[in-house]
Amino acid sequence: MTRPTVLELRGVSKNFGPVAAVADVDLELKQGEFISFLGPSGSGKTTTLMMVAGLQAPSSGSILLNGRDLAPLPPYKRNIGVVFQHYALFPHMSVLANIAFPLEMRKLGRMQARRRAEAVLRLVGLPDLGDRLPSQLSGGQQQRVALARALAYEPPLLLMDEPLGALDKNLRAQMQIEIARLHRELGITVLYVTHDQEEALVMSDRIAVFNHGRVEQIGQPQSLYERPVTRFVAGFLGDSTFLPGKVQALQKEEAVVLTAHGPLRGHASPGVRPGEAAVVAVRPERVVLLTPGDTARENALRGRISDVIYLGQSRKFVVRLEDGSELLGLQPIGTASPAVTEGSEVLLGWSATDCNVLADSD
Amino acid sequence: MKRQASRLLLLPGAAFVATVFALPVGALLLRSVSDPTWGLQNFRALWEEPVYASLIRNTVQISLATTVCCILLAYPFAHVMATRPRLTRLLTLVVLVPFWSSILVRSFAWMVLLQNNGIVNQSLLRLGLIDQPLELIFNRTGVLIGMVHVLLPFVVFPLYGAIRAMDPALMPAAACLGAGPIRAFLRVQLPLTLAGLVMGAVLVFVMALGYFITPALLGGRRDAVIARMIQLQVSQLGDWGMAATLSLVLLVATLILLGASQLLVRSPARRPAG
Repeated sequence: MTRPTVLELRGVSKNFGPVAAVADVDLELKQGEFISFLGPSGSGKTTTLMMVAGLQAPSSGSILLNGRDLAPLPPYKRNIGVVFQHYALFPHMSVLANIAFPLEMRKLGRMQARRRAEAVLRLVGLPDLGDRLPSQLSGGQQQRVALARALAYEPPLLLMDEPLGALDKNLRAQMQIEIARLHRELGITVLYVTHDQEEALVMSDRIAVFNHGRVEQIGQPQSLYERPVTRFVAGFLGDSTFLPGKVQALQKEEAVVLTAHGPLRGHASPGVRPGEAAVVAVRPERVVLLTPGDTARENALRGRISDVIYLGQSRKFVVRLEDGSELLGLQPIGTASPAVTEGSEVLLGWSATDCNVLADSD
Repeated sequence: MKRQASRLLLLPGAAFVATVFALPVGALLLRSVSDPTWGLQNFRALWEEPVYASLIRNTVQISLATTVCCILLAYPFAHVMATRPRLTRLLTLVVLVPFWSSILVRSFAWMVLLQNNGIVNQSLLRLGLIDQPLELIFNRTGVLIGMVHVLLPFVVFPLYGAIRAMDPALMPAAACLGAGPIRAFLRVQLPLTLAGLVMGAVLVFVMALGYFITPALLGGRRDAVIARMIQLQVSQLGDWGMAATLSLVLLVATLILLGASQLLVRSPARRPAG
């Protein structure tokens, strides 16, 4: 079953003077999809969102909502829901008046608007707080009200600009689940901007990783995490150790890279060419301690454990390799394998399919 | 104990104000019922002689018009000042310039600019926009130009503060929620900046009530105001009783306005909307 496209970005760019804040972004958002823009600050993700909302005009390219070009429409005619980072609730209006505001702008009768506002307030779990002022609510409650206000008029698209950025960690986790629930129950299409990779992984159907104004990679959380195609994605989404070298051989999906630690094998990402520079990207949790004589893993290295960090569910450890570089490893607590200890000499390994060979652009 | 001790710190200032301000003002106001003899004859004159009614009318009209013009000019100005940080310093300078020049220099400068063969009229004539010089000075127009010029900062700065204090995301949020620029302004920005606006407007109105040099220099015969009359009565007619009566009128009007504005702007956020 193919779902209709709600939002389409075609070659969208935004220049501030000589600086390209957003460069040539193409994107399609299907009905009911939850997509996250993930990237460091200044990577163009918020600017892209603002262009969809109509608060910034693209320098080139076009944005289509349900097939209709948005360019001639000012923000107040786009009928898109937006949740801002600091809630942007109207401080002089009660919670209910805030939620009823967009309904009144749509010429809904006062009573009707109020009833609808009350219903949406129940939906976000704050049925009794309608008469309060925003300043009398906690951060999490204000965020829910902002969400309710943006959902009240059932927009075809909901934009969220780092909506949980100002909340503490526990509340964030709770709100993530809450937003995911609302997304599931209402079937709304969501474009979510965040710099928090965990948030993006938890909630998204797809993630678009932004860097320097470009979409580096777009895909489902799992494929992005397990098969990053650029060094930036591998480093930004989760931890990776990069072992640089030169591509020695390339066949189908597997590349052999000659590194300072000998040849290493890994899954070849697009753009890897024989004879050119490349890096092998290894996730810490894929690194396994090997017993001598163990040959099940294609890749094996020697090193000395220089640091062990206890994380509760797991231990993170740093291995100093023979050439002085470092490799990160992660060991779940309570596994059968011997616990890592500082200063011990170890043999480490990982399967070729568990690591990625990426073109070394740096 | 400590709080009471800290109140002692107010003593020098309070004593100063009492001796050099409250006492003489009280003594002056007392003359409204004691000069030339005890009684209400001054208030009767105020009520019965048409010249005072027309003075009060002129004063209120000029003050109101000045206030309205100041608001209309100051709001957009303060908005740009508050929302374009790069222009803030320059615009602050522009609005403060009249403060740094003496009232006489300022008024005479306006005379040079606004008279029949002044720069403004000459330019308009040369551009062919008008056939004969506009009457820009020695009438109500001149008074308004001069007073708005110098009183503008009193609305600009409270408004600037109020607009700066607004969350910059509120207006974009209103737009995204479907409010066009005018409705967003009326429903969001105006209520949130109303306190600053009222404060500035009251300041301007109250100060305009007491202005007399500008109306005297830039106005015409029909622009006589109360403050000018007070000055005249004290310095030339020697009628202290009438001067005191008119001063009392100004003072009471000012106090009523200040009180009313306090009530009006008291936490507009408490008003339940919707």
